[in-house]
Amino acid sequence: MTAIELPSYLDQSEAVSARFDKLKQREVILEVKHLGKQFNSQQGLVTALRDINFKTHRREFVCVIGPSGCGKSTLIRILAGLESPSSGEVLLDNKPVFEPGPDRGMVFQGYTLFPWLSVKHNVMFGLEMQGHTKATAESEALNWIDLVGLEKFADAYPHQLSGGMKQRVAIARALANKPRILLMDEPFGALDAQTRSKMQANLIEIWRNIDITVLFITHDLDEAIYLADRILVLKANPGEVEELIEVPVPRPRTADQVISPEFLATKKRLEELIHPPTAEDDTDELHMIRMTHVGDDVEVMD
Amino acid sequence: MSQSTRWFAVRQALTRKQVTTLTLLSFLLPILVWSLVSYVPFLWHPKIEIVEPGSITWLKPGMLVEQQVFLDQQLLAAEQKTAPPEGFRANPIYLPAPHEVATAFYTAFTTEPTRSSEQWLHESLWHSIQVIFWGFTLSSLIGVPLGVLCGTYVAISRLQEPFIEFFRYLPAPAFGALAVAILGIHDGPKIAIIFIGTFFQQVLIIANTTRKLDVALLEAALTLGAKKFQLLFRVVIPGILPDLYRDQRILLGWAWTYLIVAELIGTSSGITWFITQQARYKNFDNVYAAIIMIGIIGVVSDIVLARLGKRLFPWEKEQVKG
Ligand SMILES: Nc1ncnc2c1ncn2[C@@H]1O[C@H](COP(=O)(O)OP(=O)(O)O)[C@@H](O)[C@H]1O
Ligand SMILES: [Mg+2]
Repeated sequence: MTAIELPSYLDQSEAVSARFDKLKQREVILEVKHLGKQFNSQQGLVTALRDINFKTHRREFVCVIGPSGCGKSTLIRILAGLESPSSGEVLLDNKPVFEPGPDRGMVFQGYTLFPWLSVKHNVMFGLEMQGHTKATAESEALNWIDLVGLEKFADAYPHQLSGGMKQRVAIARALANKPRILLMDEPFGALDAQTRSKMQANLIEIWRNIDITVLFITHDLDEAIYLADRILVLKANPGEVEELIEVPVPRPRTADQVISPEFLATKKRLEELIHPPTAEDDTDELHMIRMTHVGDDVEVMD
Repeated sequence: MSQSTRWFAVRQALTRKQVTTLTLLSFLLPILVWSLVSYVPFLWHPKIEIVEPGSITWLKPGMLVEQQVFLDQQLLAAEQKTAPPEGFRANPIYLPAPHEVATAFYTAFTTEPTRSSEQWLHESLWHSIQVIFWGFTLSSLIGVPLGVLCGTYVAISRLQEPFIEFFRYLPAPAFGALAVAILGIHDGPKIAIIFIGTFFQQVLIIANTTRKLDVALLEAALTLGAKKFQLLFRVVIPGILPDLYRDQRILLGWAWTYLIVAELIGTSSGITWFITQQARYKNFDNVYAAIIMIGIIGVVSDIVLARLGKRLFPWEKEQVKG
């Protein structure tokens, strides 16, 4: 097999480049400045994040990717206001963020629907907290449930739904508050591959149709490239920004693009960043022969 | 292997029929043992019930004597060539046969109190139920909210729980005399004992249940814009409600165990008093009937509450038992 000559991930077609130029003209929704976070743990002070800086523009789709334990969840929890930073600040529409609020919607990896509320009442929850009347909250909620395609399940309880359906409700519930930004922490991580790709397509569809900025955490490279305008790559120990990649794959995205040169070039770059070839890799070899010696006639033919 | 033949699969649900069979068996087996001991003469039956005293003057018909004593008297009569006593093997008086207890279920209600100051069985039962009700209700009125607050706010927990942890080790019965001195001799001190026995456990158990609520639900509510009291009333309370209800059912069972103590202080009354009195008069069939009645009241009320719980909390997943 001959190696295919890939373009650089930095090469952008004219259309893509024009799109990024326009995107950067838009107002900044979220700005993270010199953000740092340290935890007091048994092993002493752990630096989870160090000097993180980035901006997201209106209606941009940003993915955050990085090895497990690099601080992705910590970052998004700080953005949501569920944790406070040790240093630096987070600005939403140029105003500092201190606490959780309905201007930042969040979808968690685990299922966090309220089990005692039906789908409809789950989606109404935020609206009622905002002081909307029951009637307005209900009609609003039904619209959002429609949007995520669950109108038949409006009166079902969460335990009657599949994992994918639960996450769709969670998205509807977060969006119903009309947040400035939607924060998603590996929302599809627990779903099977088929459901996951359906959910990705749904999410893109929703994002194209409403005025929402998305910050999406994942550890799945394909997912990040398929969804994102830009990908923020974090490295671990301490969590720092490794690179901010502009995805050169044109929109609208389709599943076929996974074998397009732009897609592969981007994936190659992400792989270099996330799994850098190091001396450590030697230890990845398993000492198979010791435990699995089998007869010659059943040997795998390489 | 077919599903219905598997009785001993580890933590696998059984079929409906299997469950019904086992439920029936769980009651039938003890009754069977009891019947065997009662009706099969050579099983146990350590006594002899006298039918005909013969020449032994101190024996009376209907008297229960030890077998050895009876045999000695028979020998004695034989030696003296007088009429031997006659009798049959019987169980001690404290083990009435099932049919006697079954009859007592009816006759216990019709047994007139020996003294006018004493209560009929139905009055005793009703009295006990009222004492339990008030003791448990008063305890819950304070204990449940306090438990929820302790489980929600660390400051309240730190302020209350150390003292409660200490107090729950003090045995409720020890407060009997004090309760009488303060609350008089009637139902006051009885209710107080049930309260003391229930309350402290209740706060701790419900605080724990509240703490078990998934923090992620609270965080989700925060990101949806919920504030202080909305978190408490719209998330914490509905979130723990099914578990809280289950705790209350268990605690209600405990409250019954304090009844025994409660009813023996001050003026004796209620079902435990009925039982002690009947035991004193050696009406052991009434004693068993009354004890079983408490069991039936307990089980039936728990089944009713469990059914009600299913209605009240339709979002709860079915819990498979065994
Ligand atoms: N509450 C906490 N206390 C102590 N250490 C924490 C806490 N939360 C996260 N960490 C540490 O911070 C690092 C980043 O965690 P996390 O943000 O969950 O990573 P990721 O989501 O990228 O897998 C990890 O080393 C983790 O152990
Ligand atoms: Mg994480």
